[in-house]
Amino acid sequence: MAEFLTKSRARNIFYGGSIFFVVVFLALTVQSHRYVVSTSTVGMPLSDAVVHGKHVWERNSCINCHTLHGEGAYFAPELGNVMTRWAVQDDPEGAYEMMDGWIEAQPSGIEGRRQMPYFELTEEDKRGLAEFLRWADQTDTQGWPPNDAG
Amino acid sequence: MKYQSQQVAYAYFVCAMALFAVQVLGGLTIGWIYVQPNFLAETFPFHIIRMIHTNALIVWLLLGFFGAAYFMVPEESEREIWSVKLAYIQLALMMVGTLGAVGSYLMGIHGGREFLEQPLWVKFGILVAALIFLFNISMTVLAGRKTAVTGVLLMGLWLLSLLWVFAFINPDNLSLDKMYWWFVVHLWVEATWELVMAAILAFLLLKLTGVDREVIEKWLYVIVATALFTGILGTGHHFYWIGLPGYWQWIGTIFGTLEIVPFFLMMSFAFIMVWKGRRNHPNKAALLWSLGSATIAFFGAGVWGVLHNMHGVNFYSHGTQITAAHGHLAFYGAYVAMNLAIITYAMPLLKGREPYNQVLNMGSFWLMTGGMAFMTFTLTFAGVIQTHMQRVLGDYYMEVQDGLALFYVMRFVSGIAVVVGALLFIYSILVVRRREVVAPGAANPAPAKSDPVPGE
Repeated sequence: MAEFLTKSRARNIFYGGSIFFVVVFLALTVQSHRYVVSTSTVGMPLSDAVVHGKHVWERNSCINCHTLHGEGAYFAPELGNVMTRWAVQDDPEGAYEMMDGWIEAQPSGIEGRRQMPYFELTEEDKRGLAEFLRWADQTDTQGWPPNDAG
Repeated sequence: MKYQSQQVAYAYFVCAMALFAVQVLGGLTIGWIYVQPNFLAETFPFHIIRMIHTNALIVWLLLGFFGAAYFMVPEESEREIWSVKLAYIQLALMMVGTLGAVGSYLMGIHGGREFLEQPLWVKFGILVAALIFLFNISMTVLAGRKTAVTGVLLMGLWLLSLLWVFAFINPDNLSLDKMYWWFVVHLWVEATWELVMAAILAFLLLKLTGVDREVIEKWLYVIVATALFTGILGTGHHFYWIGLPGYWQWIGTIFGTLEIVPFFLMMSFAFIMVWKGRRNHPNKAALLWSLGSATIAFFGAGVWGVLHNMHGVNFYSHGTQITAAHGHLAFYGAYVAMNLAIITYAMPLLKGREPYNQVLNMGSFWLMTGGMAFMTFTLTFAGVIQTHMQRVLGDYYMEVQDGLALFYVMRFVSGIAVVVGALLFIYSILVVRRREVVAPGAANPAPAKSDPVPGE
């Protein structure tokens, strides 16, 4: 390898190859962006309530305990399919009621059990959060998770 | 130390060490919450301390990279840093931003994208600091000798700063949000940071082994080429289940698997350079950290990555403790240990002394590495059981977690070893003890007593 692969050849392969892979990656990114917008997330409109719910999700940093589509902190249950688990995926009112009941019951205070803090949320917040999680649940995630346990 | 302005690195390394202590103590605290979940539940719940744990890590690693750059670039470019004052302003900005972020987390003010929780003003502060850094270091490099080490280092630092722009882009569509989020997270740690890591490793091997620059730099280009060739499309292994097209499963599996190649090469590189070495450098601790980093990165990032990044496996293991195991060992091996390597190498030079506290420093390596290995094994076992119970049998999350309690106790115990090792490292770096605790043998160039280097 010593004679064939000189330092300048190695450098040229590095720069040339990297540019090639960046271009391929950008092309696939554009295609993926379009796919998300036109195919995988169109099962439910991206309404104001969903967007509001996403902001509630972010403001309270739910991701630093829970996972969502498998990404997050692994300290608390997966929420990408929680509306299916609660059997309210197709029932906005039921989803809100479950969410309201859950949020208001925290923290459980049970000794030796992981504690979800109490978050002070308005009705609009809780409705938004329920809608956001229903929206996440309808996303085509290639069949993941393997079962309702999440 | 050949150039006066390299002294800037000292301040960066001290600040990095302070945040390192914050990071591991935060980690130990949340490790305890896994064991005793009611601990601090009402005052500083898990999610707040985790933010501090991860953010302190990221910032101190970046400070270490910046410090390493300020230390390496003058020697490589053969001239003083363009502006020492700007370098200190940059550090002040980073520290104000970090302390501001920690303060606001403690008050419950934060964003909600994982690792990017910093308030907007802190994100801008980081951006400004990065721009100051790039300007300052680029001016230095452009005026001086251009080497492959500075070229690769600069390319890594430019690209990672550029990617920071995606920290500001947060689409309302969750799937798009996740896709662009990975542009920061994955393309940092599995692409651009590898460039920085490889450049630091090359610099250290150049100094520690005295092997010819031509040989070292050729290796460097081959390593970073494989890092980007695999790492860029390897992003696909995060795109399996978040609403993106199915073709990512094959792209992510193939290129994700190949991501082990640059880590294997870095490990081989380190050992072969030592084998071909023409110099018996007295700083044995720096050599241990350099070899250790390359080796643990191969296992943590490489082996533990391939373990679960193929889509057929990941379908079951995604988002379990297996991911946590991989994340811990990968960060430790690749970025923590490489930072500690350059700090161990640079600190005696910055203080104008012969290498000191070598034995304590090497002791801290084994304590931390042993602790991290144990932690990785326990979390891997926990993750395998979790995967089987939850993803195969379909048991509910909390029931499964209750069954993993023993593993979390063992993880906490290994965390104590890591914290003790980290504190020992910080002590051995900052407090100069004149005598080694164990005297070196006659064939070892390491000094038994550390004296100021004459003429420095």
